[in-house]
Amino acid sequence: MSEQNNATIVSEPLKAETRKFNFYYGDNHALKNVDLPVAERMVTALIGPSGCGKSTLLRSFNRMHDLYPGNRYEGEIRLYPDDVNLVSPAVDPIEIRMRISMVFQKPNPFPKTIFENVAYGLMVRGEKRRSVLEEKVEEALRGAALWEEVKDRLDDLAFNLSGGQQQRLCIARALAADPEIILFDEPTSALDPIATASIEELIAEIKEKVTILIVTHNMQQAARISDYTAFMYLGELVEFGRTDELFVRPRKKQTEDYITGRFG
Amino acid sequence: MASKESMELRGVIARNQRWDLIVGTVGLLATALGVIILTLLFLDLVLDGWRRLTPEFFLNFPSRRPEEAGILSAWVGSALVMIVTAFTAVPLGVAAAIYLEEYAPKNWVTELIEINVTNLAAVPSIIYGLLALGLFVYILGFGHSILTAGLTLGLMILPIIIVATREALRAIPVAIREAAYALGATRWQVVSDHLIPYASGGIYTGVIIGLSRAIGETAPVITIGALTFIAFLPPIPFSGDPPAGPFDWLFSPFTVLPIQMFNWLSRPQSAFHVNAAATGIVIIVATLAMNGIAIWLRSRIRAKLKW
Repeated sequence: MSEQNNATIVSEPLKAETRKFNFYYGDNHALKNVDLPVAERMVTALIGPSGCGKSTLLRSFNRMHDLYPGNRYEGEIRLYPDDVNLVSPAVDPIEIRMRISMVFQKPNPFPKTIFENVAYGLMVRGEKRRSVLEEKVEEALRGAALWEEVKDRLDDLAFNLSGGQQQRLCIARALAADPEIILFDEPTSALDPIATASIEELIAEIKEKVTILIVTHNMQQAARISDYTAFMYLGELVEFGRTDELFVRPRKKQTEDYITGRFG
Repeated sequence: MASKESMELRGVIARNQRWDLIVGTVGLLATALGVIILTLLFLDLVLDGWRRLTPEFFLNFPSRRPEEAGILSAWVGSALVMIVTAFTAVPLGVAAAIYLEEYAPKNWVTELIEINVTNLAAVPSIIYGLLALGLFVYILGFGHSILTAGLTLGLMILPIIIVATREALRAIPVAIREAAYALGATRWQVVSDHLIPYASGGIYTGVIIGLSRAIGETAPVITIGALTFIAFLPPIPFSGDPPAGPFDWLFSPFTVLPIQMFNWLSRPQSAFHVNAAATGIVIIVATLAMNGIAIWLRSRIRAKLKW
């Protein structure tokens, strides 16, 4: 069936793009011919019911699936401006993960100090100079709107922070490595409404500098914070569009049923 | 007032609850039995042996005269053997556990190795002694030495350390590993910066439980030819004339506490039995102290980990 090319919907330059992207967990064909454009310095939201493949797609962007045996990518995820296929076996997943950070569903700080948590991405690259680390950690914590709350206790254990603070710490940890893209995997699903609002606010600020791809269960959240939305169902990308259009005038019946709450 | 139905229900509930009472009582007795027997055994040892626990007892060599005999060579021997055991078993055990848990592909070879490791823990200790007699004493020519004993006991407790380390590694949530990998860490960076530090409580516990088992072992140490009567200490590095080499002590003959105890027990004079009881107290206290340290270390490290 001939479709409108999703990439032409995007008016900004592309930061990444999946082309005829397929993913298999062993014999399970989890993603089917997905064509998703990711606009530079915009927020692209992936929505859809549980098991639709949105997290699977997100985790393909930083090759997390490489950690487990039996997973297979097919097709391309092109990263611009380099124009490399980041799921190609020739590309080192470690380099991809240094350039594309991730924030997880549940806050998962390391059982280390606040400072060590934020600095870890830099330490992995061999950065040892204390002055550089301190400067970058402060910058990242400011970027995650956490600096004022923790500047006097950087050597405290990260577990002593509240859930919302821990998630902002994880965002700071992702920011410290100067990523080109940050992947958010339902970052507010474990948080209360107030912490959720602060994370959403933060995402709106971060997109000034970084391209954002976010998976969310919450359609209101997608509508509030994203510029583009992709609706996925059963491993397929059903509809992609500007968020303001997709939620108001969905082109597909399935999309409409989902966003109006008829299933999900 | 209670209706007829509710009276019936109460009867049923009372009958059901009778079993709770029975199981609870039997369980309590079973638990208490173990504790009581252990306490009685220990009390018996203490009553028999406490008079001999003087400083001289720790500073004297064994002797023909029971009142002058001490455990100097035995406790020094035990301590040195434990050092060799720890230096052998800890690196090998931790490395094997990390490999099996983090690096090994999940296939039938790995599974076979895992089953074997678990089975090794069940091999009787005297079999390790026989293996060591052939391998370390005769083939490698290490003699009836501290080195041989340490290596033997090291092999014996290897499975304990491997299993404890693997369990500690498995207790670390996937989310923590993924967080590190997502920042571009290599496998070794994840292992060394995260997994080993977070698993260290469990690793220490495994090491100490293993060592406290090794310190009481008699059979394998007798098999490899530990002495039962020894009135000198291994050479201290760089002492004596000509000066001893830094590792000469490894090849020294030795005895250990359980062998000394066994030796005294097998004498007819009852005065030696008092010495044996005193040695028993020393072994039990050492074991309990090691277990106490394990519990303390674990709780201290656990306090920092919340997941």
